[in-house]
Amino acid sequence: MAFIDYYKTLGISKNATNKEIKTAYRKLARKFHPDINPDNKDAELNFKNINEANQVLSDPENRKKYDTYGKNWKHGAEYQQAQNQQQRQHQSQNQSGQQGFSEDAYSDFFESMFGGASGSSRQRQRPRFKGQDFNAELHLKLKDVYTSHQQVLTVNGKKIRLTVPAGVENGQVIKIKGKGDKGANGGPNGDLYLKFVIDNDTEFKRVGNDLYQKITLDLYTSILGGEATIDTFNGKVKLQIKPETKNETKVKLKGKGFPVYKNEEKFGDLIITYHIAMPTDLSKEEIALFKELQKIKTK
Amino acid sequence: MRQEHLIAAQTLCTHYNIEISFVATLNQMGLIQIEIIEQEQFINQEQIGNLEKIIRLYNELHVNLEGIDVVLNLLNKEKELKNEVTSLKNRLRLYEND
Repeated sequence: MAFIDYYKTLGISKNATNKEIKTAYRKLARKFHPDINPDNKDAELNFKNINEANQVLSDPENRKKYDTYGKNWKHGAEYQQAQNQQQRQHQSQNQSGQQGFSEDAYSDFFESMFGGASGSSRQRQRPRFKGQDFNAELHLKLKDVYTSHQQVLTVNGKKIRLTVPAGVENGQVIKIKGKGDKGANGGPNGDLYLKFVIDNDTEFKRVGNDLYQKITLDLYTSILGGEATIDTFNGKVKLQIKPETKNETKVKLKGKGFPVYKNEEKFGDLIITYHIAMPTDLSKEEIALFKELQKIKTK
Repeated sequence: MRQEHLIAAQTLCTHYNIEISFVATLNQMGLIQIEIIEQEQFINQEQIGNLEKIIRLYNELHVNLEGIDVVLNLLNKEKELKNEVTSLKNRLRLYEND
């Protein structure tokens, strides 16, 4: 349990006045408040620290105790024992800003000096707060998000059943209301922010709702035309290859791409790029025939 | 808009310990939208999160309503930029894997 210099946390001197403490706290609270810094863990930790510092230093009784035993808090055990027998000190100043923090809103150092957050009169005085929002990641394969399906997640020991909507994007975040931490003092529960991390282990590349695929054609099919069968997410598709198809030619298969998020009946397109493979290891006969073709072409 | 998603403004004022005039000012500034049905003011439940955020910024950080408007606009812009970065990263993967 490390000693925490609350004066340093607030960036003030040891003889700062109450007004200076208040000003410093407000300035830092505006900088690190969770509402101003969504999904920022560092800001959340800083906010917790400045709240704790303010809670101690803005209360004259707490500040006196901190100033007396702060640096040598280990030697203040006897003082602590005596204090524990008495009623907890009244917390006159109710600096809230503890949205999202409950029992672990205080460092071990704070708990050792001033007792826990629960069971004190401060608990009764505190207004209702929304519970902490949770952030979680759900790792899925690209194929998994082609169709809507049910998933059961375990977040902080709680099982949550949710429907993963088809067409969800990699990196997309959805909010599940009320599935965060429990609210404090009867406040509403926090929300769960679920980020989808989609691993693409298919031969398709996805951009929005469109899928891209490269198909290799042999030289003869590209020159003479023919057929090719490809696999898509919803079955096989037969392609008609036009004669004299050039390398890197693109064809668009309308509606064969990815489903549109929250509009599953609509689909993006599948864009096929033909890559023409040159024949290798030619036999003498093939070389002779190519030479023949060359002669015809240069006539 | 379905009516079961609406919460009486007065109920919210009691719950969050705010004045009805505060809600009216937020509506005038376009920070929240009030629905009026049979002369009673309602707020759509989808706006509750936003309202809570506004109350916290106002009470805890002492940001005035004009400041809150600026903060919320900047946060929205930040969110849009984050989405754009995610989308661009996804597009970039298309070329990185080649």
